[in-house]
Amino acid sequence: MATEAHVQAPETWSPIFGRLTLDWIPYHEPILVGTFSAIVLGGIAAVLLMTYFKLWGPLWRDWITSVDHKKIGIMYMVLGFIMFIRGFADALMMRAQQAMAAGGAEGYLPPHHYDQVFTAHGVIMIFFVAMAFITGIMNFVMPTQIGARDVAFPFLNNFSFWMTVAGALLVNISLFIGEFARVGWLAFPPLSGSAFSSGPGVDYYLWALQIAGVGTTLSGVNLLATIFKMRAKGMKLFDMPVFTWTTLCTNVLIVAAFPVLTATLTMLTLDRYLDFHFFTNDLGGNAMMYVNLIWIWGHPEVYILILPIFGVFSEIVQTFSGKPLFGYKTMVWATACIMVLSFVVWLHHFFTMGSGANVNTFFGITTMIIAVPTGVKVFNWLFTMYKGRVQFEVPMLWTTGFIVTFAIGGMTGVLLAVPPVDFQLHNTLFLIAHFHNVIIGGVVFGVYAAVTFWWPKAFGFKLDDKWGRRTFWFWCVGFYFAFMPLYALGLMGVTRRLQSYMDQAWQIYFIIAAFGAVLIACGIACGFINFAVSILRRKELACGNDPWNARTLDWATQSPPANYNFPQDIVVSGRDYFWKMKQDGFKWSTNYSDIHMPNNTATGVIVAAMALVFGFAMIWYIWWLAAISFIGMIATVIAHTFNYNQDHWIPAAKVAETEAKGEVA
Amino acid sequence: MSAHSEASHGTMGQLMIGFALAAILSIIPFALVMMETDIAPTTLVAIIMGLGAVQIVVHLVYFLHLKSSTEEGWTLAATVLAVVIVAIVLAGSLWVMHNMNANMMPMSEGNMIMDPEATPGASMSGTHEGHN
Repeated sequence: MATEAHVQAPETWSPIFGRLTLDWIPYHEPILVGTFSAIVLGGIAAVLLMTYFKLWGPLWRDWITSVDHKKIGIMYMVLGFIMFIRGFADALMMRAQQAMAAGGAEGYLPPHHYDQVFTAHGVIMIFFVAMAFITGIMNFVMPTQIGARDVAFPFLNNFSFWMTVAGALLVNISLFIGEFARVGWLAFPPLSGSAFSSGPGVDYYLWALQIAGVGTTLSGVNLLATIFKMRAKGMKLFDMPVFTWTTLCTNVLIVAAFPVLTATLTMLTLDRYLDFHFFTNDLGGNAMMYVNLIWIWGHPEVYILILPIFGVFSEIVQTFSGKPLFGYKTMVWATACIMVLSFVVWLHHFFTMGSGANVNTFFGITTMIIAVPTGVKVFNWLFTMYKGRVQFEVPMLWTTGFIVTFAIGGMTGVLLAVPPVDFQLHNTLFLIAHFHNVIIGGVVFGVYAAVTFWWPKAFGFKLDDKWGRRTFWFWCVGFYFAFMPLYALGLMGVTRRLQSYMDQAWQIYFIIAAFGAVLIACGIACGFINFAVSILRRKELACGNDPWNARTLDWATQSPPANYNFPQDIVVSGRDYFWKMKQDGFKWSTNYSDIHMPNNTATGVIVAAMALVFGFAMIWYIWWLAAISFIGMIATVIAHTFNYNQDHWIPAAKVAETEAKGEVA
Repeated sequence: MSAHSEASHGTMGQLMIGFALAAILSIIPFALVMMETDIAPTTLVAIIMGLGAVQIVVHLVYFLHLKSSTEEGWTLAATVLAVVIVAIVLAGSLWVMHNMNANMMPMSEGNMIMDPEATPGASMSGTHEGHN
C-alpha cells in the first residue's frame, strides 16, 4: 500500500531488480510497519517454538508433502481461517472509515489506501477464504462419503493446494512490497488497464488469481474424477449422499467456469504487458466485453461457493432430525438445475450497461427462475425437520440461522432481479447488503456448521458447546446489525466504495453497521477461543467414531480416520448406507489384507514455490528471474514424471494394529 | 496400467485418417486466404469458421476417441455439457454485445442531425457500470 509518492513514482527499470525500487517499500506508513513487525515477531516466535518442540520434521513429512485428502482438506481450512483474519481486518478498516468520514471529515484512510482495502477485501474473501473453505470441506468429506481411500490424483491434490497458497502469499506480499490493486475485486477495464493503473497493483491481482486458479481448476478435475471413478462397489449415483452430489455439481461448475476466468484475465494481462487491445477503447477493443466475460465466470462462481454448503446443511439437518432427508431426489435435481441455470443469468450483474429491454427481460426472468430450485431446497430442509426429533446441537443452530438469514438474502436477490428496480439499486449498498446476506448467511454460517459437525471426525473430540453457541450468537446478531443498515442506505441511494460522504444523515447507519462489525469480530474471536479451549480439554471432549449418530459412510471410519480410511472395501447397497450398517449390527471383519496407498511427495510444494517466484518476477518485470523460475517449474514437473516410487503397501498386520487402537479410543 | 488405457487409444490407421483429415481441413482455409480468391470476406469467414467446427469434431472423434461407448457414455455426456455451455457463452455474448453496441455506441453524424434527442453524451453515459 503505497503513498501518493509511490503512486506517481517514475517508472525506472533495471535489469536486475526490474521496476522494483526502494521507493516501493512502504517503510514510512506506520500502520504497515506495525503490521509488518507484528508478523515478523509472530513469525520468529513460531519458528522458535517449532524448533524447540522439534516439529519441523513432522510438519514437512505429515502435512506439507502429504497427499492424504483429509490432511489437505484440513490445510485448506487453516489457509481459509488465516486469510479470513486478513480479509476481516480489511472489513473492520472500511467500517471504521465510513463511520467517521461524514460531512467533510476525511477519516483516517486516504482514498488510494481505501481503494486498495476494498479491493483486497473482496479478492481475499472470495478467492482465498470462501474458495479455500469449500475446497477444504469437499476434500475432507467427499472421498470418505463415497467409501474411497483418497482422491483420484493424490499428488495433484497436494499441488492444487500449494498453488492456492502461492496465490494467497502474493496478495499478502503486496501489502509490504509495492501496492495492491485499487480497482474493485473484479478489476474492470479501462480502470485496470495500463493507462489508468500503471503500478504493480493490478499485476499482483492478475498473477495471484492466475496462479491460484491453476490450483482450483485442477482440484475441480480431481474431485470430479474421484466421484465418477472411485465410489465404493455398488454405490450408484442416486445412492450418493447429498453432499457428494453438491460436490459433483460444484466441480462441474469449476471445470466449466474457471477457464473463462483464466482466459479473461489472460487477455487483460496481454493488454497490460504487451499492448494488446482486447479491452481498450482504441484499436477495436471493447471494455464491456471484459465485464460480460468475467460475469460468465462470476455468476457460476457464487453457486460454486454455495452449492457445497447446501450439501453441508442437508447432511446436518438429516442427522440432527434423526430421519432421512425429505425429498432426496428433488434435492439432487434442484442442485443439477441450479448448475445449468447458473450459466444463463450472468447479465443481471450489468442490467444498467445498456443491452436493452429484450436482453434485460430474458436475464431478469432466468434470475427469478433460479430462485425456484433454491426454494425447493429450503422446503426440503424444513420438511426434514418437521415431525423429526430435532436436537439443537451447535451445527443445527447454524442451520436454523442460515435458513432464516439466507431466505431474506434470497428475497432481496429476487428484488434485484427486476431490471427497473436494479436501475435504482445498482452499485448501491443495497447490493452490498444483499450479497453479504447470502454469502455470510450461506457460506460463512455453513463453514462454521461444517467445522463443528466434522471436527470430531477430524480430531476425535468435539468442539466446546458453550463457546460454539457464543460464536453463533455473536455472528448472527452482528450480521444483522452490520448489514440491515446497508439495505436502508442503499434504498437512500448511497453507492458502494465511498471513501467519504457529505450527507451527515447517513452517518448513524454507518455507525450501527460498524457496531455490527465489532460484534462479528467478537464472534470470530469466540470461534478461535473455541478451538483453543477444545484442544486443551480434548480428553474430556473425546467422543467415539460416530458422535452424532450420523447416516453416511464418512462416519464409518475411525476418528481421526486412519490414512487408508476404511480397513476393508465396502460394498454399498442403497442410500444412507452407514445407517443401514448400524441397523444390521455391522462389524469390520478381522481378516485384513494389504492396502495400496500413494506416497507423499515434495514436488507440489516445490513447483508452487517456483510459481510464487515466477509471479513475483512477472509483477516487477524481473525477466531473468521469471525465465529461471518458469524453466524450473517445467523441469521439476518433467523430473517428477520419472519418479516411479509413487506408492506403497500397508501390510495387513499394520492395518490390524491401527484398527485395534481405534477400537480402544 | 490397467485395461482401459489399452482399449481406448485407437489403431494406427484411425490416427492416420485423423491426421490426414486434420491436415486437409487446415490447408483449405490457409489456401483460401493466401490465394486471395474473389470470395466475399463474410463468406470466407463463414467457410473458415465452418471448417474449424468440423476440425473440432475430427479431433474429438479420432484423437480423443469420443464414442457413446467410451467410459460408459461419460465422455459423451461431458462433451455434450461442454458444447451446451460453450454455445450458451458464445451465443449469449454475441447477443448481449450486439444489443449493447446497437444501444450504446455513439450515433453517426447523420443520425444525430435527424434525431436531436440522441446526443453522444446521453448515449455514452453509464457504459462502464457493472456490479457485483
